[in-house]
Amino acid sequence: MQRKGHVSRNISVLSELGIGIALTFEIILFAVLSPYFLTADNLLNVSLQTSISAIIAIGMTFVILTAGIDLSVGSLVALAGIVTTATLKVGLPPGLSLPLAMLTGLLAGGCSGMFAGFLITKFRITPFIVTLALMTIWRGLSFVVTEGRPVWDLPPEFSLIASVRLAGIPVPTLVMLAAFLIAHVTLTRTRFGRYVYAVGGNTEAARLAGINTQKVLVTVYVISGVLTACSAILLAARVNSGQPNAGIMYELDAIAAVVVGGTSLFGGKGSVVGTLIGSFLIGVLRNGLNLLNVESYVQQVVVGLVILLAVMIDQLRQQGGSRP
Amino acid sequence: MDAAEMNKPTPPLLQTHSIVKRYPGVLALDHVDFQLNDGEVHCLVGENGAGKTTLMHILSGAIAPDDGKILINGNEVHITSPRTAQGLRIGIIHQDQKLVPELTVAENIFLGNEPGLNPWPFIKTAEMHRMSRQWIAQIGENIAIDLPVRLLSTAQRQIVEIAKALSQQARIFILDEPTAPLTARETQTLFSLLKKLRSEGVGIIYISHRLEEIFEIGDRVTVLRDGKVVSTADIRDVGRPELIRWMVGRPLQEEFPVRRATLRKEVLRLEHVWSGNLKDISLTVHQGEILGLAGLVGAGRTELAGAIFGARRRDRGTMVFNKNEFNPRSPREAIDAGMGLLPEDRNRFGLIPEMNIRENISLANLQALASGFFLSPRKEHEAAVEYSQRLSIKPTDVSAPVQTLSGGNRQKVILARWLFTGSRLFLFDEPTAGIDVGAKHEIYEIMNQLAQDGCGILMISSELPELLGMCDRIMVMCEGAIAGVLSKEEATQEKILALATPPAKEASDAA
Repeated sequence: MQRKGHVSRNISVLSELGIGIALTFEIILFAVLSPYFLTADNLLNVSLQTSISAIIAIGMTFVILTAGIDLSVGSLVALAGIVTTATLKVGLPPGLSLPLAMLTGLLAGGCSGMFAGFLITKFRITPFIVTLALMTIWRGLSFVVTEGRPVWDLPPEFSLIASVRLAGIPVPTLVMLAAFLIAHVTLTRTRFGRYVYAVGGNTEAARLAGINTQKVLVTVYVISGVLTACSAILLAARVNSGQPNAGIMYELDAIAAVVVGGTSLFGGKGSVVGTLIGSFLIGVLRNGLNLLNVESYVQQVVVGLVILLAVMIDQLRQQGGSRP
Repeated sequence: MDAAEMNKPTPPLLQTHSIVKRYPGVLALDHVDFQLNDGEVHCLVGENGAGKTTLMHILSGAIAPDDGKILINGNEVHITSPRTAQGLRIGIIHQDQKLVPELTVAENIFLGNEPGLNPWPFIKTAEMHRMSRQWIAQIGENIAIDLPVRLLSTAQRQIVEIAKALSQQARIFILDEPTAPLTARETQTLFSLLKKLRSEGVGIIYISHRLEEIFEIGDRVTVLRDGKVVSTADIRDVGRPELIRWMVGRPLQEEFPVRRATLRKEVLRLEHVWSGNLKDISLTVHQGEILGLAGLVGAGRTELAGAIFGARRRDRGTMVFNKNEFNPRSPREAIDAGMGLLPEDRNRFGLIPEMNIRENISLANLQALASGFFLSPRKEHEAAVEYSQRLSIKPTDVSAPVQTLSGGNRQKVILARWLFTGSRLFLFDEPTAGIDVGAKHEIYEIMNQLAQDGCGILMISSELPELLGMCDRIMVMCEGAIAGVLSKEEATQEKILALATPPAKEASDAA
């Protein structure tokens, strides 16, 4: 009767299985249609492209598990990228400048999350409104501080973060895997992870069971902010600049990956395993359509349809036979 | 149109014939035959999971039967949606009321049936108001029809639901546990309304756990057990023990198990505590004692439990717990000190529905399950199994989702949570609300056991027989203050009610 820590969320285990099958099917389809798809180069490329959005989606999973939402992540990608690149240009010695820049970027992300969490818990404003406001504030601020111009001329070491490979694997991919593993273990094996599910499942019952629900809520937004900043630094390194218009619509990509991964928008149910697979379902689709030379406007339509299809199948499966 | 049925003298108002409903792994309804005549109150009883609610859902069109026939006045009908049920003049009064809180009384009554001039989209508001007033008046109530429903009391909302069904010309009323949220007085008002409807030829299906009510209001009773009809009988021909035996499938011992109260040291003392609408509360609970807390809905009993548990702020006064002054500012502090709250609405305030038995038991005491930085699945499993066995929670598999559990087992899961945190003071808020007869007995026995083990228990209940049967002392609250304390010997239903009823000033202050 020994059972693993997370087996109980059996519904989501099933839904991870479903989405996993969908991803496998997608990979087989593209492998048949394009000879280049299954090459090591292309697969690493997919993982590199997916990593930026997957890291954000992993943070978003924590937020959505508490029945919240974080719309500010896209704009935060721009702001945290600008904070990082601007710190690089202060002119400190290279050995100090790079770690410090990354730290300030992450700090910006953490502060944004803390601010959102503070507004949500202390003023009881719904997460949707708080993060919608932060979305426009951070975007606007990004343009104001840069006067609309990208931050250029960065030290050459910076771009290495995104291009260097360790054991043949690009750093962004490694960061994504690390974020995934830590998030997964946190959610399934720690007290805090359990509290995230409890708060999302039934906030009042969680409070009466002695859980500091406000602390849990603030923490998930901080996690989302910090992971978004991680992504922002990797993206800035890839394009070797801090762009005020970076990350537009990233919040929607992240939410799509989380939802396709089987996490309930009502909270309390889901996993980062699903989110990672969901991110790849969308990432592989984009890559495959590119390889097949599908026009980018058509791609948008196809991606949207696949998201709908994935969520529809999930809904049908969960309802079983009962009539709504 | 079934010719054979037409020849019979007067076919019953509603008849189900061999209804079958299967769910994965269970036969929820097993060839159920049921009849309702006009002008009768037909009670439907049975333990949770017996199939009462499933049958009601089928009659209301919420779910479809797998097999069987439904006849109304002898004609076969197919109830495929709540809308068709409405068209067949079936009115449902739900247990959890299905009204829109932000809409007014009139808007709720006519929701989906707004008077207007088709095809124009506009609602004839004046007519809607006039007719709503008429329906409410016909029931003999006085509720302002332009108030949003969220401002009404539970009893008033029920009146609105009944008015809504009446406005749809319902001839068949189905009431699912209608008195669960009502006070004794409101229950009497509802009963006289039901009697009035019955005299007008309406057929009423009345689902309830409370046997006293069945004897008071019912004409006939049908008992369901495990999806089968055990028996249908005239209410005059059955006795209470017989009814319980049909429901439970075995004879039940005395309703309230005996306990030898050995009062020991004081566990909890409140001195002149004020909090929100609570006024100057002083009380003591001893080890081995069950202190009852009686009062009408809104008397402040739940609020008092919340204030003791640190879930509500206390403005003034002192609280002494285990001989030390104690002022919990959060449930966490109260739990760590050794308190456990078992809320009335277990689904809203007790359980995390997405989690399983094990996780719901361990939730308040995860720190005890740490191995290094991580939770130990093994320790958690062992703890959950230990406590679920101690309370014989069913199913025995602790990884079963709590949503599949009966009311009694849900209560036990929350109790197991507090046993695991090592609670010595238990605050039970309506411990047996929505729990079957058989499981009730079990909960009483557990409470007695806790008391005998030297724990203190504060027991809030609206069921007076339960308070009289279980408690060593009964404290009666009225409008946020303590109206009196009765010892077990001197307490009677009449004395409690007299204390609980506010002194007559303005008779009814509806809004």
